[in-house]
Amino acid sequence: MSKKATIIVHSGDLDKVMSAFIIGLGALSMGMDVFMYFTFWGLERLKKGKLDKAPLSRMNMFGLGRWMISRKMKKAGVASLDKMLEDFVELGGKILACDMTMEIMGVNKENLRDDVISDYCGVGTYIKEAMESDLTLFI
Amino acid sequence: MAEIKVDCINETCPVPLVETRKAIRKASPGDVLEIRGTHPASRKEIPMAVESMGLDLLGIEEEDGVWLIRIRK
Repeated sequence: MSKKATIIVHSGDLDKVMSAFIIGLGALSMGMDVFMYFTFWGLERLKKGKLDKAPLSRMNMFGLGRWMISRKMKKAGVASLDKMLEDFVELGGKILACDMTMEIMGVNKENLRDDVISDYCGVGTYIKEAMESDLTLFI
Repeated sequence: MAEIKVDCINETCPVPLVETRKAIRKASPGDVLEIRGTHPASRKEIPMAVESMGLDLLGIEEEDGVWLIRIRK
């Protein structure tokens, strides 16, 4: 049986969401099964058209820092978040959305990227996956 | 047995690893994959992925900063 990685994406900050996807893609590439569980501010990134519409966790400077980092990343040839999400799904990674966050933030499936979300679930699903995981992260 | 070429020249982390994994998934058992790239860490990490998936690493060559990794699925 494949090894498993479970990543909670709690932050909606651009840099942290990118790190989460890079780790998720790395784990998939190494042959692991990967679950990314989006909750709280992380869920914001699964709203339609909002994947990369996020500030940096530090040095955002009202968007100036974000603009500079985005430019440097483009120059260095770093893949965009859209591409990372596409690759993640293509490699069989699972995107899970926290239904409790949806309720408290007034988000419904119509607002979210339902095309990439494989399930809407609660903490029990995360714990079940985490118990069987070889790697779990909270980002 | 097909020979599949993957070009990752000038790509950075984690693209070479991801493109390799995508090609492995699409390949049939016995197919040979040739991955070419320039990202130094991926030269070490692709063989790690090959090992963890239990595939055959056929060889690694490097010339003028471009490495070539051959894998059999």
